[in-house]
Amino acid sequence: MADYTNVLEHDRLKEKLEEQEYIINMGPQHPSTHGVLRLVLSLKGEIVKSIQPHCGYIHRGIEKMCEKLTYQQIIHLTDRLDYLSAHMNNEAVCLCVEKALDVEVPERVKYIRTILDELNRLASHELWWCSFGMDLGALTVFFYGLRDREKILDIFEESTGGRLLQSYNCPGGLMNDVHPDFQKKVKEFISYFRKKLPEYDELLSGNVILMERTKGIGLLSLEDAISFGVTGPSGRASGFACDVRKHYPYSAYNKVDFREVIYTEGDTFHRYKARIDEMWESMKIIEQLIDNIPDGDYSAKMKPVIRLPEGEYYQRVESSRGEFGVYIISDGNKTPYRIKFRSPNFSNLSALNIIAKDFKIADLIAIGGSLDLVIPDIDR
Amino acid sequence: MTNEQLKEKILTIEPSVVITENKQVLYVNIAKEKLFFLAKKLKETEELFFDYLVNITGVDRQKSMEVVYHLDSSKYRHLIVLKTDTADRENPAIDSVCSIWRTAEFHEREVFDFFGIRFNNHPDMRRLFLDDDWQGYPLRKDYVDDKIVQR
Repeated sequence: MADYTNVLEHDRLKEKLEEQEYIINMGPQHPSTHGVLRLVLSLKGEIVKSIQPHCGYIHRGIEKMCEKLTYQQIIHLTDRLDYLSAHMNNEAVCLCVEKALDVEVPERVKYIRTILDELNRLASHELWWCSFGMDLGALTVFFYGLRDREKILDIFEESTGGRLLQSYNCPGGLMNDVHPDFQKKVKEFISYFRKKLPEYDELLSGNVILMERTKGIGLLSLEDAISFGVTGPSGRASGFACDVRKHYPYSAYNKVDFREVIYTEGDTFHRYKARIDEMWESMKIIEQLIDNIPDGDYSAKMKPVIRLPEGEYYQRVESSRGEFGVYIISDGNKTPYRIKFRSPNFSNLSALNIIAKDFKIADLIAIGGSLDLVIPDIDR
Repeated sequence: MTNEQLKEKILTIEPSVVITENKQVLYVNIAKEKLFFLAKKLKETEELFFDYLVNITGVDRQKSMEVVYHLDSSKYRHLIVLKTDTADRENPAIDSVCSIWRTAEFHEREVFDFFGIRFNNHPDMRRLFLDDDWQGYPLRKDYVDDKIVQR
């Protein structure tokens, strides 16, 4: 065992050893933690008795860095939090700044932002789907998922210049207008993916091995989901109606009709189902908007130096993994006095101990995959 | 419930709070001795039902250390911001809300890690991100580290 300098932890581990529990490290380098996350597991035989997450392996101090950066610069750091929800994270900061300045962005911006949000969500869920399959040993799934995600990244690249991290939103609007082919390409993709998504179900959703490994595994009750603040598809699979798009609409979400995917079972399989269903809903949202993008400017008129009035502002958006929040405290300067990011993965991770307790260690892989943790978002 | 009604209801529970409003959001300031009492009431009172703790933020106000709680209700969809502070910078301590919202366990450890604010009755008050032997609390305004590049 490592040199645990902390007395508290040492005592607890000693207690566990006396109870004849076996303590092992999972991570920080482990393929199924999807990043540098270290979990200290205490096992009784094959059964997981408790999980102690150790975070901070890739902590970059983004909140501290932001205190020295202007609002235009901050967005280049926020997409490095949850890199698979880069666009949503940027949007949260932009919306927060716009709210503080009482700036109304053009309708065109709202539509494009919403479409890109949903494309980003699709790309994220596709990557989740393929890595989840791979965690459980379905290798073909990985190639199928990446193949389709590539098409979205191409659309991003064409309009925003970035594939993974776009930094395309800026306070007041967008960095520049979308590519002339944007609408055509998005429509092509949607009609392509509408045919491909049923393939996902055929390949993995009905698979006996997947069912055996996910149904009834990793239960999270509604009370625990709310108490632990588990949001996003993981929370909604437990019945927690927490979709920010639905309950606190922003951008163009009040103009579209979509279903908030809710299941009440709260097991790994329904966290899986919730994400598959969300992909259908995302496509529905994009289809409603793509033909109606209004003409106009791609940005509101903003001053080159943005100073927020003294005060506190909070803005929440729905990222691919749950509720992402930005809390800015301004003292009237061009940099924030304090900025805090409410990252969905951080709260979701806090529930891991409850979810995986008393299940087998092999189930922990499935549970971890179904929570879809992105570690830079936890560490920030 | 509208903000006016919320304000009234919270004031009947605890008359000593100071409530301000900014951009349609209520900011409820409470003395740290009464924090736990009010937090429990906010969750358990049927008309308020703040069962979802969104976020805990530590803030270094230089004269004091502040802790900010964003609370939401899964039933009524209203958001308030609860704030408390302590003037003690050497040994700041505030009551933990872990037993009310369990996600607080992680969030409070983060605040402790970066601001050095201890939470009384927290089951596991350790640093979360940094090493146990790290000196100082990095998100404080007076934190000095020779690795920080001055601009």
